[in-house]
Amino acid sequence: MMRRGLIVLAIAAAFAAVPASAAERLVVTLSTHRVLIQSNFTGADLVLFGSIDNIDPDVMERGGYDVVVSVRGPKRSFITRHKARLLGIWVNTESREFVEVPAYLAVSTNRPPANIGATDFLRRLRIGLVNNLLTQRIGADVADVHAQDPFRAGFIRVKTTEGLFREEPNGVTYLGNSLFRTSVPIPGTAPTGTYEVETLLIAAGALVNRETTAIEVVKVGFEAVIAQAARDQRLDYGLGTALLALLTGLFASLVFRRD
Amino acid sequence: MPIYLPIAELPVNLFLILGLGITVGFISGMFGVGGGFLMTPLLILTGIPPAVAVATVPSHMAASSLAGAISYWRKKQVDVGLALVLLSGGIVGTASGVWIFSLLRRAGQLDLVVNLSYVILLGIVGGLMLTESVQAILRARRGEPAIVRRPGTHAWFHGLPLKLRFRQSRIYVSAMPVTAIGFSVGLLGALMGVGGGFLLIPALIYLLRVPTTVAVGTSLLLTLVTMLIATVLHALENRTVDVVLAFALMTGGVLGAQFGARAGQAMRAEQLRLLLSVLVLAVGVRVAIDLLTPPADAFSVIATEVFE
Repeated sequence: MMRRGLIVLAIAAAFAAVPASAAERLVVTLSTHRVLIQSNFTGADLVLFGSIDNIDPDVMERGGYDVVVSVRGPKRSFITRHKARLLGIWVNTESREFVEVPAYLAVSTNRPPANIGATDFLRRLRIGLVNNLLTQRIGADVADVHAQDPFRAGFIRVKTTEGLFREEPNGVTYLGNSLFRTSVPIPGTAPTGTYEVETLLIAAGALVNRETTAIEVVKVGFEAVIAQAARDQRLDYGLGTALLALLTGLFASLVFRRD
Repeated sequence: MPIYLPIAELPVNLFLILGLGITVGFISGMFGVGGGFLMTPLLILTGIPPAVAVATVPSHMAASSLAGAISYWRKKQVDVGLALVLLSGGIVGTASGVWIFSLLRRAGQLDLVVNLSYVILLGIVGGLMLTESVQAILRARRGEPAIVRRPGTHAWFHGLPLKLRFRQSRIYVSAMPVTAIGFSVGLLGALMGVGGGFLLIPALIYLLRVPTTVAVGTSLLLTLVTMLIATVLHALENRTVDVVLAFALMTGGVLGAQFGARAGQAMRAEQLRLLLSVLVLAVGVRVAIDLLTPPADAFSVIATEVFE
């Protein structure tokens, strides 16, 4: 009797959680939320699983839902330089500063972003590498420029070659109607800090729901101790490194002494 | 075997770094140069950020040159007095170099100046040494006596006051040209991110007529002192000294330096100078080719340094 009462209560609670409009719910989970950098770290492969609750049959008939998973790493500033030929030699002639832009950026979608929605929709929701905010210093201001800007395109290309920017137009795979997965590779050169993970659920070119979570990439143990010493105990760290050099040199000349 | 570098913030192959340390250490032990002009570009080539490479290489050079300096010290081929006078000019030169370095960095043309000074200096020094050593070897082939020193000939700077006697080097010369050499080497070294041994040794041999082995031994002592100072300064100013990278480099470096020193002492002085000149020229030509060929991607990206 008691047990049946609990089941009834649970069912009632489940229905209460779904709004009357019966909007789709998005549940997202990551294989891990903390990437630990130790001395053997060469990168990590994270997996993101998501499920769409309360699927609308009409949407399924019209081609289904689109999913966009964007991972934006900690913000850093970069200088992009352009080389040109001057008096026969290649020199940096022009440069632009990109201010507070993600040092890591990965965009995974179930199909190419161009098929997901209109251009201004993609731009507004920052879907795809080109549509993310990449602010530059322009005079006294900081603003983003149009996507065809050669410095902006060059910056994205260099970062993609380094493996820190990536776009996977078919990176999100469906496992059935409501379950999907994508991988989030964190390369060994990834910067430390907080990575924002944003999942967008889109139907017929309109945003249905959105879910955000985060990944933290941190140095632990020995790596953390060294990084902190280099930052906070600079003189001791410098003297320590110098002493290490002296001891290594001294040790070698003792070991290899011939006379 | 991958190992994560906590300051450079990337994984590297430990054996690759050890191998680099051994190779450059061998060269540095053989010729008595610090090896910075080889090691810094090589590290950048393996993906280490330039700021970390420039700040970490000095500790490797300190370890290698200490091991080398001890071995020359035992043979009494280190002139401490000469090293001290050179150092007095060197410190002022280094400080001026660091100042010019920051001026150029603000102007955005640091890369160009560094690359051009590599080409010009390495080209001149390498070319002069090559010509001279080939002539010396040819003279030896023909059976003529080697012209070690010409007691009668006096360069203009021998007339300058403040004359000092440097016993080990067997020279009696004014302190002024010695300080000037120390200043120039310090200035160019700081500007180019190298120890300056490849500039100092030819200057000692050809300008001051210091015997080759004493020039090498003295240069090792000077490199040791300046590189220890540079390590501490970089740790204080730039915070980009990677102690894990440094330890891997110096372990390989001291190993290589031992074998290099033996190889160097087994060779004739003019052959040693010929080899060093070829090496110096090769690096200069490599940089020149880089300047003359179109880059794979005209755009390059570097992280701006974080200032608090």
